[in-house]
Amino acid sequence: MGDGTQVRGYNFAYLDEGTKRSIRRIILKAIAIPGYQVPFGSREMPLPYGWGTGGIQVTASILGPDDVLKVIDQGADDTTNAVSIRRFFSRTANISTTERTTEATIIQTRHRVPETPLHEDQILVYQVPIPEPLRWLEPRETETRKMHALEEYGVMHVKLYEDIAHYGHIATAYNYPALVNRRHVMATSPIPKFDNPKIDRIPALQIFGAGREKRIYAIPPYTEVKSLDFEDHPFSIETWDQCCAMCGDTESYLDEVITDDEGTRMFVCSDTDHCRRRRDDGHAGPGEPGEDAPGDDNGGAGKGLPG
Amino acid sequence: MMDLGPPLLSVQGMTKFYGRLVGCRDVGFDLWPGEVLCVVGESGSGKTTLLNCLNGGLEPTSGSIKYETRHEGTVEITTLSEAKRRFLSRTDWGIVYQNPRDGLRMRVSAGANIGERLMAVGARHYGNIRSEAATWLRNIEIDEDRIDDPPSTFSGGMQQRLQIARNLVTKPRLVFMDEPTGGLDVSVQARLLDLLRGLVTELDIAAIIVTHDLAVARLLGHRLMVMQGGRVVESGLTDQVLDDPHHPHTQLLVSAILTP
Repeated sequence: MGDGTQVRGYNFAYLDEGTKRSIRRIILKAIAIPGYQVPFGSREMPLPYGWGTGGIQVTASILGPDDVLKVIDQGADDTTNAVSIRRFFSRTANISTTERTTEATIIQTRHRVPETPLHEDQILVYQVPIPEPLRWLEPRETETRKMHALEEYGVMHVKLYEDIAHYGHIATAYNYPALVNRRHVMATSPIPKFDNPKIDRIPALQIFGAGREKRIYAIPPYTEVKSLDFEDHPFSIETWDQCCAMCGDTESYLDEVITDDEGTRMFVCSDTDHCRRRRDDGHAGPGEPGEDAPGDDNGGAGKGLPG
Repeated sequence: MMDLGPPLLSVQGMTKFYGRLVGCRDVGFDLWPGEVLCVVGESGSGKTTLLNCLNGGLEPTSGSIKYETRHEGTVEITTLSEAKRRFLSRTDWGIVYQNPRDGLRMRVSAGANIGERLMAVGARHYGNIRSEAATWLRNIEIDEDRIDDPPSTFSGGMQQRLQIARNLVTKPRLVFMDEPTGGLDVSVQARLLDLLRGLVTELDIAAIIVTHDLAVARLLGHRLMVMQGGRVVESGLTDQVLDDPHHPHTQLLVSAILTP
């Protein structure tokens, strides 16, 4: 439980009970048809579209008094959006929040899937800007719905074909389309394709909420999520030729950080909780460029780009 | 007489009303595999309505359209489920629009335009799709180097040829064309007609071509249907109809041809 300072005048978790019930019904339907976008009556929330209105409504609907909430934005727990949403729920629902993936029961995210593997008692809630994966090739909503209904997904490969034709490889790096439960093609929201394997057959429930577009979809636990590809250009994830400058990890998704105005840069874990936990466990990276840090055995951070 | 087997397409009593207005009325014909049927008539005579009813773009008010599929025998198009009709139209059929912008994806490359139908029926090997696209570009006399250029950088004639290639890549058995040479200048028209005639013969494709240009009908059509006010007023072998027109409206159309 939180610190007992829930704001007065609001229902538990801000939304009224009727709205929460209707959204829960939508979520049940979304779970029943993995990857299918279910329309819902999205409400006005006290933050602008694009800041996570869909995710917040899903979280508000499934939140109970005993839940522990973690919110991440770009993998980090300490960015403005993450801090605001955590504070919003600790004030309107008086629940406790955490930055530790292992302690959370509900994790709301936008750009990343936590590096720490999730378990069955956790729910991952995504904030989705554009839920329709076919939108790039087909602007008509009536037509895209029909294409989903009839499993006409050939055009998704047109997009991948274009990537290979122009760049020599599949250059789609985020929101990489995937086939859920061998039936519906789904937008993976702005997570990097690095995270696509991490949403395949995992024990946690995943719910995607798009507030402006008024759609909710879900991936039930242990559901297959297959990234689309070509036989001769198989799906692959990003790799880096160096490790995290702070914790030395070579397995996690790295952000490039520019440290001065002379182009010096370093790579650090995008998942701040993962990075902190590794440092607590005694791991260390080469440190900031120019710093005389221990374990600097790969020539310092610098030139390499994700590829 | 040679046994032709069942007709590929058999249309009976097909009528389309737009409210009180008549689109086309009581149209009936049979089309055999490999046959090219031209539909001519003045503007507003119901040619395009007829074509759209046949290819599933419009629902006819009454009548029957029977199509002989490759694997499932004869199906009735008017009662076929939308899923199956859409599958037919991207595998067994081709639709070539008058304006190539209606039939092409203008923002993706020529190669992807040709490859789209292959991917829609399950091709998942990039190399194979690309080499098939290159083959088709050669077939339609477009330089292979243009494979990664979007159609918006092509001339009108090239766009129209690309649209034809995009439709023929899955080797359809029936192609619907609405004024395929409209909007092209005469020399480009001649080249396109030449190409079309070659491809249709080579691949043994049946085609229904709507045109108001009797020269196109003369060059491509085995048979001809003349429409006026939504009805078919005369039909027969192309040469027969054009050289010896019986119906006054056909006589009018034939006598209206300008000879330089």
